[in-house]
Amino acid sequence: MSIDYEQKIPNNVDLAGDKTLQRALEHWQPEFLNWWGDMGPEGSGAFDVYLRTAISVDPGGWANFGHVKMPDYRWGIFLNPAIPDRKISFGAHKGEPVWQEVPGEYRSNLRRIIVTQGDTEPASVEQQRHLGLTCPSLYDLRNLFQVNVEEGRHLWAMVYLLHRYFGRDGREEAEALLERRSGDADNPRILGAFNERTPDWLSFFMFTYFTDRDGKFQLAALAESAFDPLARTTKFMHTEEAHHMFVGESGVARIIQRTCEVMAQNKVDDPARVRSLGVIDLPTMQRYVNFHSSVTLDLFGSDVSSNAATFYTTGLKGRFEEARITDDHVLLDQSYPVFEPVAGALVTREAPALNALNERLRDDFVKDSVAGIARWNRIIQKAGIDFQLAVPHKAFHRQIGPLAGLKVSPEGRVLSEAQWSGHVGQWLPTTEDRAFVGSLMGRVVEPGKFVNWIAPPAAGINKQPVNFEYVRFN
Amino acid sequence: MAHAAVSLQPQSGQWVTFDTHPEQYRHWKLSFDGVVATLQMNVDEEGGLRPGYKLKLNSYDLGVDIELYDALQRLRFEHPEVRTVVLTSSKERIFCSGANIFMLGLSSHAWKVNFCKFTNETRNGIEDSSRHSGLKFLAACNGTTAGGGYELALACDEILLVDDRSAAVSLPEVPLLGVLPGTGGLTRLTDKRKVRRDHADIFCTVSEGVRAPRAKEWRLIDDHAKPQQFAALVQRRALELAEMSDRPHDGQGVGLTLLARTIDEHGYHYSHVDVRIDRKARTATLTVQAPKAEQPLDLAGILALGAEWWPLAMARELDDAILMLRTNDLEIGTWILKTRGELGRVLAVDATLVSHRGNWFVRETVAMLRRTLARLDVTSRSLFALIDKTSCFAGTLLELALAADRSYMLAAPESSDAPRIAVSAMNFESYESAARLSRLGSRFYGESKPIEGIRAAIGRALAAEEALTLGLVTATPDSLDWDDEVRLAIEERTSLSPDALTGLEASLRFGGPETLETRIFGRLSAWQNWIFIRPNAVGEAGALKVFGTGSKARFNWERI
Repeated sequence: MSIDYEQKIPNNVDLAGDKTLQRALEHWQPEFLNWWGDMGPEGSGAFDVYLRTAISVDPGGWANFGHVKMPDYRWGIFLNPAIPDRKISFGAHKGEPVWQEVPGEYRSNLRRIIVTQGDTEPASVEQQRHLGLTCPSLYDLRNLFQVNVEEGRHLWAMVYLLHRYFGRDGREEAEALLERRSGDADNPRILGAFNERTPDWLSFFMFTYFTDRDGKFQLAALAESAFDPLARTTKFMHTEEAHHMFVGESGVARIIQRTCEVMAQNKVDDPARVRSLGVIDLPTMQRYVNFHSSVTLDLFGSDVSSNAATFYTTGLKGRFEEARITDDHVLLDQSYPVFEPVAGALVTREAPALNALNERLRDDFVKDSVAGIARWNRIIQKAGIDFQLAVPHKAFHRQIGPLAGLKVSPEGRVLSEAQWSGHVGQWLPTTEDRAFVGSLMGRVVEPGKFVNWIAPPAAGINKQPVNFEYVRFN
Repeated sequence: MAHAAVSLQPQSGQWVTFDTHPEQYRHWKLSFDGVVATLQMNVDEEGGLRPGYKLKLNSYDLGVDIELYDALQRLRFEHPEVRTVVLTSSKERIFCSGANIFMLGLSSHAWKVNFCKFTNETRNGIEDSSRHSGLKFLAACNGTTAGGGYELALACDEILLVDDRSAAVSLPEVPLLGVLPGTGGLTRLTDKRKVRRDHADIFCTVSEGVRAPRAKEWRLIDDHAKPQQFAALVQRRALELAEMSDRPHDGQGVGLTLLARTIDEHGYHYSHVDVRIDRKARTATLTVQAPKAEQPLDLAGILALGAEWWPLAMARELDDAILMLRTNDLEIGTWILKTRGELGRVLAVDATLVSHRGNWFVRETVAMLRRTLARLDVTSRSLFALIDKTSCFAGTLLELALAADRSYMLAAPESSDAPRIAVSAMNFESYESAARLSRLGSRFYGESKPIEGIRAAIGRALAAEEALTLGLVTATPDSLDWDDEVRLAIEERTSLSPDALTGLEASLRFGGPETLETRIFGRLSAWQNWIFIRPNAVGEAGALKVFGTGSKARFNWERI
């Protein structure tokens, strides 16, 4: 099989002149399309979807809009342009030129980092594959598909690195990325959160708000990498990730807005009565926030981690906005506070800063996610409703690290088993909550129409009107 | 770091003991289903033997391995119906990640070496039980199986690995820690599993290890299955392995009671074994007592005595004494081995050991004696046997003299109570040393003439002159010379370099053909112990020292 590379696979990595990469992709590309057919958005193969396609990294090139069938989407390979004479900015190699090839010494850890990141991309497509059947509008359906194809492109980005820099091992890992399946007990995705279901659109928006934001921070940390191709690749992915978080933040905001409108019009605030009006009550929203926030916090890994320390010192993974931090960027004798349960209480102790880098990135994430919640609260406030959403305490509902299994309230109070089980229904989505949210899901595909529980967006995509035919079903 | 290293060494008056019981386990769960027992590793992170490290990811320290050893002993004696032991973990996606690296980083050299020795002996014991006692072992690796975790699996008869596209077997010691997979790992890859050496070379240098399909191709595992099918595969293979076992269906288990031991400033004291320590002279005198009463000749009587039956009771006490001395008394460099009692009683016991060898309990008791005596072979202490008046080096107890580096026998032809030794059939079989030869076979390098000469003397009480002629003892001072000769020999010995002695004794004890065990103790351990003191591993910037801190190891690149 031969592929017209420049035409089919937009890229800025000289694919046409790279025999190694061509050989790898000739095999992998058909496998990817098979995977997309099997595990991509259900029943969507013939739809024409108004999608953004990156065809170059220039300001005018990375956002080209047009109707396209998703299997024909031009998944491309893009690296941010190289920064001439870029130097390693942290760790033991600080000040040395960045690497254009993988140093043998770090092959294993780099491969692991890339595979772990790469595995999340197809995983989220798999988690979201049934959502199209219950879309609240054409506009939202299109956004879902945009997120999906971009996760696909992020997979391509990681596969490019594996193919280009890791030889036979890399090709095998690239295949394995297509073989694991989210939620498959025999063949699960690597990280726990990516084996959970995304059963409804509220979960989808929460996922794109919280979990894709984890992606943003991981990518930002990798964009500092001494391995230049990884840094440049993730920098470009980072640009696209912003759209996913926009989908999440605006999606939740529109649900809140609709709930507040209905509450104000009907002058109700009892959650049961709010629900009876066919919108999602605010306490339920809070429980979803609690769930998705805490599950996502776990993705940052153990609070004190030798891997995190090694990755930093060896230059593989930096901190969020490394360049803006004013310290020695080596961190040998510095410390960072972490929580530790001591005799049933949460105690802050100083851990070696290198080992606490996961915790630091987690804190950066928390700061960032709080900002969006403040914007949601302004909608509630504007509607004159006395309710505030909040992110739960960092120790709430954690499954990884020293806080795992500890019973802590969303405010950060350590609880007994009995206190926890007496309140957990107020803090995390219950079966009834999920059943209720599920009961609201219904398919709305008439251009410009929106399901009852979500408000229309303020503007359409790419200056198109809200009632534009974002998806043609043919 | 000096003070940190000391912290893992027992403080005076604070002994490490090897006593435990399934009800006290913090790290293992033992369960039974007919002929299959399952031993699940579930290490309590907070349950380290010493402060300063957390036992994350099913990593182990001496405390975890003491429980493993205890569990194996219970399976051998208390559960004769068990034919297959499934070793697995109750943690998700992790089987075992090996010895705890932070523990190793904090440990003194001596603690590391002693820890590795004990874990090696426990793994060799697993293979001993499979080879001799029909107890089969199946490693059900339900997740990451790294370093010492894989070495534990290697000690089993079969290794099954879950295939969830993440789980791998690995020996990452070289790339991650700058040391070797020293708990038999390297040796078992080649000698036991016959992994081709180029494959082994790759396997031992990629920290991520090898996943299911290739792991099988390379013989690193025997089979694999998807998570949903894994339990069924484990169950099927466990039952198939059980078919290969000849353990009884109707055996009544023998409970292993808590050893009665007192510890005081003079040493360790048991019913049949006594250890007296002379700290100034840096010697310990181990005295083993022959049965004080007639032991039963019939199986019913033997089983009725159970753990009180002399051969088993003595073996358990001697085993404990060896472990206590090795762990707690590092500077006691010379052990003087003595016996007391009537030759006839031991020879009578040996006769029952031979005549009832088909019985599972007798077989397990002989195996326990074999493994205990084998501990002496790998003990880094000088061993001198003193065959003096009222001693009882007969049959099984003669093995103590044969295991010693030297033996001195009092020649007192004029005296009616001159010491005698006696050989029994047990000295020709049953008590294989690490070389898988009897100590007599090994002593004479398999040459038939001296061995047959000794066989002709079975059952006779041999005085010093004959014992010397037969080559059974080293020297036979007479009554006038005895005190000075013995004193000088011991004083001279204790003045020599302990390191040189350890190397000398190990080299001489493992004469003759190599086996898996001699290669593990004589080669792998020796290399490992050398690496363990090199700055590339344990210097301030050594790989083992900086592991987990994020600092990069700095090596001296000179090849030696």
